[in-house]
Amino acid sequence: MSFAYNEEQRSLKDTARDFANDNTPVEALRKLRDSKDPVGYSRENWGQMIELGFGGIIFPEAYGGFEFGVKGLAGCFEEFGRTLTASPLLSSVALSGSLILEAGSEEQKQELLPAIAMGEKQVAVALEESSRHNPAGVALSGDVLGNGFKLNGKKTLVVDGHVADLLIVAARTSGQSGEEQGISLFLVDPKAEGVEIQKNGLTDSRNYARISFTDVELDSTALLGEEGNGFAALDKALDVARICLSAEVFGSTQEVFERTVQYFKERKQFGVLIGTFQALQHRAAFMFTEIQVCKTLLMNALNALESGADNAPAMISAARAKICEIAELVTNEAVQLHGGIGVTDELEIGLFLKRARTSQILFGDERFHYDRYATLSGF
Amino acid sequence: MSDLKAFRQEIRAWLEENCPQSMRTAAKLEEQVWGGRNISFYSEDSRVWFERCVEKGYTVPDWPKEYGGAGFDKKQHRIFEQEMERLNCRPPQMNLGIWMVGPAILEFGTEEQKKEHLPKIARGEIRWCQGYSEPGAGSDLASLQCKAVLEGDDFVINGSKIWTSYADESDWIYCLVRTDPTGRKHDGITFLLFDMQTEGVDVKPIELINGETHFCQTFFDNVRVPKANVLGEVDKGWTVAKRVLEFERDMMSNMESTVAVSGQSPRTIGQKYLGDDNGRVTDDVFRHAIAKHEVNRLAMELTPQRMVDEYTQGVGDPTVGMILKYVGTEEEKRKYELMIKMAGEHCLGWGDDISELEEQLTSEWLGTKTYSIAGGTSEIQLNIIAKRALGLPEK
Repeated sequence: MSFAYNEEQRSLKDTARDFANDNTPVEALRKLRDSKDPVGYSRENWGQMIELGFGGIIFPEAYGGFEFGVKGLAGCFEEFGRTLTASPLLSSVALSGSLILEAGSEEQKQELLPAIAMGEKQVAVALEESSRHNPAGVALSGDVLGNGFKLNGKKTLVVDGHVADLLIVAARTSGQSGEEQGISLFLVDPKAEGVEIQKNGLTDSRNYARISFTDVELDSTALLGEEGNGFAALDKALDVARICLSAEVFGSTQEVFERTVQYFKERKQFGVLIGTFQALQHRAAFMFTEIQVCKTLLMNALNALESGADNAPAMISAARAKICEIAELVTNEAVQLHGGIGVTDELEIGLFLKRARTSQILFGDERFHYDRYATLSGF
Repeated sequence: MSDLKAFRQEIRAWLEENCPQSMRTAAKLEEQVWGGRNISFYSEDSRVWFERCVEKGYTVPDWPKEYGGAGFDKKQHRIFEQEMERLNCRPPQMNLGIWMVGPAILEFGTEEQKKEHLPKIARGEIRWCQGYSEPGAGSDLASLQCKAVLEGDDFVINGSKIWTSYADESDWIYCLVRTDPTGRKHDGITFLLFDMQTEGVDVKPIELINGETHFCQTFFDNVRVPKANVLGEVDKGWTVAKRVLEFERDMMSNMESTVAVSGQSPRTIGQKYLGDDNGRVTDDVFRHAIAKHEVNRLAMELTPQRMVDEYTQGVGDPTVGMILKYVGTEEEKRKYELMIKMAGEHCLGWGDDISELEEQLTSEWLGTKTYSIAGGTSEIQLNIIAKRALGLPEK
């Protein structure tokens, strides 16, 4: 396993970069925001991304994919992070796709994965019930009803949930909230009776949903994976989403850092370029060291995941924790180091700052992942 | 690829067979084997391990065989190091000759110099020290004033060097001297090699905050050194000096494996003093800090491999290596601060009724303070990154 992207992965990454620069620069996100776009991403751009094959990167060929692996997809996320490209690639492909791949029956995989890869179906995972990531904190009840189930409860932070064609809902079929055992996964039609979806925009101008379930009746075929044993698959799929989102926010972090260093070489005060000031040089140099550390951890986590190593979850948490931490550092520093212009809406740095913070709370921030790393490491 | 696999197996088998069991733990300070005229062995095992390695060229595995090495290329050398780490083998010999001046002689030396010096380093016959800093030239190293004037075929040296680690126990010194005071400060510096027993050399140890006295001040009073002992060219020693500083930074970026002898980590200390029966550290703030340390440490261990892989993939970046000394040494300092905080009074004891381990930790903690000063301070490292990696303008 190499700590560098190989030729194939670099070629995917290059494709992503070219696409993003041409079609979804940061300006595109600003337009979505200013026009209060009800979808939250451009369906046209998403269609182009599907045509370019981004939807099938991680899926096996048998399910309409290209089997380029999560590492191949992560390189693309890095590039999409550099332009804040809004798309359901994270919610529908990385998270929902991985979850169906992990937990689904052969029939479910045949039906859903090619449809996701081709952009025909957009799937969202409804997991969180509190304001912070807590994958075992599932209280939404899934009571047995005849041969099927009945869902009651509320979900929040459902990424792209307001425009999903299909929801995967984590429900408690036994035990208590906080326990890993007793969580079941259900495929739910968002138009089913008793499902109420409310769009919940966050500061990053991307879209999330709050969804309530009131006596939503499901038959037994709605079950994804085994009853009560959904957590393991969920955690594995979350790991794919965690590392892809880490790659995205790492791309954003690099972009913001490079823009700041560039500003140091253009902005003059006291008659000289501000980049000549040692106080500022050291802050930039320090960020450079931390970004390099992040890069190593990201590649290490991708290698662990791809090789199926036992310590992959710990390595993913290691990378995610550090990247969250450094994304926060660099976006804050970028605002400060740009001075007054840094706090204007006109400068794009602010959009990166906002996306970084929401990315941090999705799927676990540094506190969550240092803790998970420690638990998985036995201390 | 299969060649490398076979190579790995061969190294593994040799180490399994030849590295004595007692050499498979971290060496305490007094157990380290430093090469030199006064080489001494703590135990029979350490002698046997040293001699076996010398015979195979394993004290300097990546040097050519003709100079006492094993002739390993980069990939073979990496495998050798990994296999040594796997068994936790002690280095058979410590010597600044191995880490610093030897590689410089390989790169800049004449054939005579290579033949004279390198095998003696490989065989542990000569121990080297470094004469770089001066009382008036620390971070601003190039402003050094220790003077060398040519008289006939000899340079005559007058002046003083400071922080010459282990000068009192070393046989030879590689030393930066001012041979031309008229031009730019980086010009007019010459890189000289000479015997510490030469008349006029005087050494005074300096006691540090951890009670150790490895750092010395070294005085030169009309010390005569043959002109043939110049490494590289007269007045062009800065080129050699910078290269050696790079070797030093590489070495210091991984102080954990070369210096720490207590063998303790924040995790072991946390579990010892704050752990429950399952090994869970019960204080969440410390638990978080331990995780943070381990993640940084992991990145430091893996970054050199990333650099190699990036070069293999044709996307190598020479600026990545510039972070290692800074990140590695700063992390070591944080690591010890964390350990002593968790251990409380157990790791602040001094002299009286404390265990050997606790005394080692206290001493190592204080010792780490030198890491971010020696070999170019952290601030100098950040200057280098700002200038070379980020291309930030100079005043």
